[in-house]
Amino acid sequence: MSRAFVTLVKRDLLLAFRHRSELANPILFFILVVSLFPLGVGPEPNLLQSLAAGVIWVAALLSSLLSLDGIFRSDFEDGSLEQILMSAHPISLLVLAKVLAHWLITGLPVILVAPLLGVLMQLPADGIGVLMITLLLGTPFVSLVGAIGVGLTVGLRRAGMVLSLLVFPLYIPLLIFAAGAVDTAMTGFPIGGHLSLLAALLVGALTLAPLATAASLRISLN
Amino acid sequence: MWLWFHKLGSPRYFYDTAGKFIPWLGGLCAVLMVWGLYGGLVQAPADYQQGDSYRIIFIHVPAAALSLSVYTFMAVCGAIALIWRMKLAEVMLISAAPVGASFTFIALVTGSLWGKPMWGTWWVWDARLTSELILLFLYLGVIALYGAIEDKRNAGRAVSVLSIVGVVNIPIIKYSVEWWNTLHQGSTILKFDTPSIDPAMRTPLIVMLLAFGLYFGAVVLMRARAEVLERERNSKWVQELVQSR
Repeated sequence: MSRAFVTLVKRDLLLAFRHRSELANPILFFILVVSLFPLGVGPEPNLLQSLAAGVIWVAALLSSLLSLDGIFRSDFEDGSLEQILMSAHPISLLVLAKVLAHWLITGLPVILVAPLLGVLMQLPADGIGVLMITLLLGTPFVSLVGAIGVGLTVGLRRAGMVLSLLVFPLYIPLLIFAAGAVDTAMTGFPIGGHLSLLAALLVGALTLAPLATAASLRISLN
Repeated sequence: MWLWFHKLGSPRYFYDTAGKFIPWLGGLCAVLMVWGLYGGLVQAPADYQQGDSYRIIFIHVPAAALSLSVYTFMAVCGAIALIWRMKLAEVMLISAAPVGASFTFIALVTGSLWGKPMWGTWWVWDARLTSELILLFLYLGVIALYGAIEDKRNAGRAVSVLSIVGVVNIPIIKYSVEWWNTLHQGSTILKFDTPSIDPAMRTPLIVMLLAFGLYFGAVVLMRARAEVLERERNSKWVQELVQSR
């Protein structure tokens, strides 16, 4: 069972590595969206600093939408998704493997790029540290919950718009607590409460989302 | 009881039974609505602080309460649809979604109208208002997903999963005024032992709550009947029904 898990993760990583240019697009989008803000609202450092956490998080969510559809789309189109669902292993575990691969491909780069964008947005050093912690706790949640939405819409031809309607409402609590943590840290208050809530969201999604994704994939493939 | 439950699963039996229920629900709703509105808008005394503008509560609170209960109803329907593969539960779920969305919209709009004179602003980003707005988005997501999937059987099961996933938001909305210290006030009607609302105001409010509930029941059955007809349009009994008209 754990071998199936590892094999699936390796396969997805290999597939992603063979399509490197596609890999880079969501990250470029992420950087572009954030760098549009100083141009739009003006380069005032205090203003940028107070917007930073929210802007970076919103941009991360938007860019995740570009890559999310890819979790199951290509496998659905070439039929390998059906083979995966028919295997003897629990579907939720295989779903978890695919989500993990997706996070490694898209979530991890976001976390690594975030300090650079934090500097662009005039975030102080401790703010950047907290921002990275929130991204570390939050981006797996994005992949996990997004997978439910992708599972529900994978059979549709134009899934993008519907997918955003389905998953964004579910991301709102994450956005509130993550951006709240960074703002709280910058005003010098303890952030343990915010981080605990983010961790709770992550643990909840880690336990329940693969089951929901498995159910939604079964429905989509009928 | 179980026999009745199983019989209700047959679209034709449901179509007939629901048709018999609708006039009763609708009639009772109309009576209660008139009573509640008269009691609330005419008989109840003006508030000592807010004057007459508090009277929007007789629309706002029932709509907000129903917006939560309807989503819970949808999630329960979704669970029934997924566990027992009951087609009718899917029909009820999707029939309830637009009604619930409009209740949510009414709650937001009336709250905003009241907030302008009372709080001095149309909108604040406090926990209760924000979570109610998320609820509206969840409803719209369910409606959009159902519309996007061509095969209605699959669509019904997909929205079942979605509404169960979204139900995590319901307790957050319900307890948001207790967990966070927000601008939106806490509940005043449900503290029966030490009520903080005058009985002359409370009675019409509860009557309006019942009226809204009955309205939901009547409308959802009407919509569900139409949905059943559409889904079963190729079956014999629907053909006969149409031809006899």
